[in-house]
Amino acid sequence: MIPRSFEYFSPTTLDEAIGLLQKLGPEAKLLSGGQSLIPMMKLRLVSPEYIVDINRIPNLDYISETDGHLRIGALTREHELESSDVVKTRFPILSDTAKVIADPLVRSQATVCGNLAHGDPANDHPATMLALGATVVATGPKGAREIPIADFFPGLFTTALEPEEILTEIRIPFPPPRSGGAYLKLERKVGDFATAGVAVQITLDDAGACKNAGIGLTNVGMTPIKAKQAEAFLKGKQLDDATIQQAAELAASESQPMDDIRGSADYKRDLVRVLTARALTTAVGRAKGGA
Amino acid sequence: MAKTPIKVTVNGVEQSSEIEPRLLLVHYLRETLRLTGTHIGCDTSHCGACTVVMDGRAVKSCTVFAVQADGRSITTVEGLEQDGKLHPLQDGFFQEHGLQCGYCTPGMLMTGIVFLKENNNPTDDEIRHAISGNLCRCTGYVNIVKAYQYAAQKMREGGAENGAKNIA
Repeated sequence: MIPRSFEYFSPTTLDEAIGLLQKLGPEAKLLSGGQSLIPMMKLRLVSPEYIVDINRIPNLDYISETDGHLRIGALTREHELESSDVVKTRFPILSDTAKVIADPLVRSQATVCGNLAHGDPANDHPATMLALGATVVATGPKGAREIPIADFFPGLFTTALEPEEILTEIRIPFPPPRSGGAYLKLERKVGDFATAGVAVQITLDDAGACKNAGIGLTNVGMTPIKAKQAEAFLKGKQLDDATIQQAAELAASESQPMDDIRGSADYKRDLVRVLTARALTTAVGRAKGGA
Repeated sequence: MAKTPIKVTVNGVEQSSEIEPRLLLVHYLRETLRLTGTHIGCDTSHCGACTVVMDGRAVKSCTVFAVQADGRSITTVEGLEQDGKLHPLQDGFFQEHGLQCGYCTPGMLMTGIVFLKENNNPTDDEIRHAISGNLCRCTGYVNIVKAYQYAAQKMREGGAENGAKNIA
């Protein structure tokens, strides 16, 4: 399969890349890992006139810890996230997620930021970042601005990025003590999109009650879904089995799945219930110091 | 459409070519350079038959544009044998009957050399996860896992020089 012809640009600075986006307009598409974009171009689902390859811009490939935040640069590959020590020890939810994205070969090329910027509700990081309360940094002609992840996905394959902006960094607050998270995904086979996926991040207070909960849902709606009712329900409660089951039912009711080749809407809604309960149980165990 | 000049080091040899930006790396390797050891399986990023090593990372060459390889180093299956001697992983596939039809083998090998460089003492489970992006439809995975273990042992015994050199 051969994509339609395009003109190729390979800027070596961020300013140059943003200048190209301004000059070329909405027919320009950014290429980072390309593991979603190139297959779509081969299938001719998209045929951009211009490709702006950002892979030659230095200093965009990092996982760093500053000001109480984990920062992930635009060119950080999924494989790097998966093998990062700070991610493994402080953000098990991110390790869970990176491990189930596509397959190891795709992950050696695919970028974490690209997984968000693609705006696909079937991608896995949007749910995780919703659960973690991440912030996205968009850099454009007027400089950098921060966008809360909850405002980043206005519609199907649409993000809050302006056409001349680049998603340059993801910022995730370090979880306070007694926090835990998990991401669970059911897929038909390695490399498939989720039939459904659930990301959960919780923090407990001194008495063991839920101080804060973040829940994100994958591929059960037109956008990634933040299960706000389930989150609010959990606040202040002891996370016993009955409470977890009720929260899981709320999360299921907040999902908006459709019938497709991966299953019926009813099946997927029930799957959200089951995965939410399991993810919450794992998250509580991790918050209490278990693996 | 205008052609773009690229310089790519393939199996240690620098190649200069003029290509269309839409040319995929796998087509560049097979059709421009006539290195047909890299196979096209599914052409949709699923099967891993087209796996090559680019600057130390195993990637699916059907999902990379050749122009992205400009200035970079590529190793294909043709680059594994050194001075008439098989790479330990090639030897492993031979010793353990790791192939029947051989179609997936170049991809299995290229995934394996990067994996074993990072982890030369893997569990079977780790190997199975490592090759989860490479599909085999005939031998099955049991002998492929054995081939990886054979190579891992040879590489542990032989030290770093055994098998890892000249890999991009």
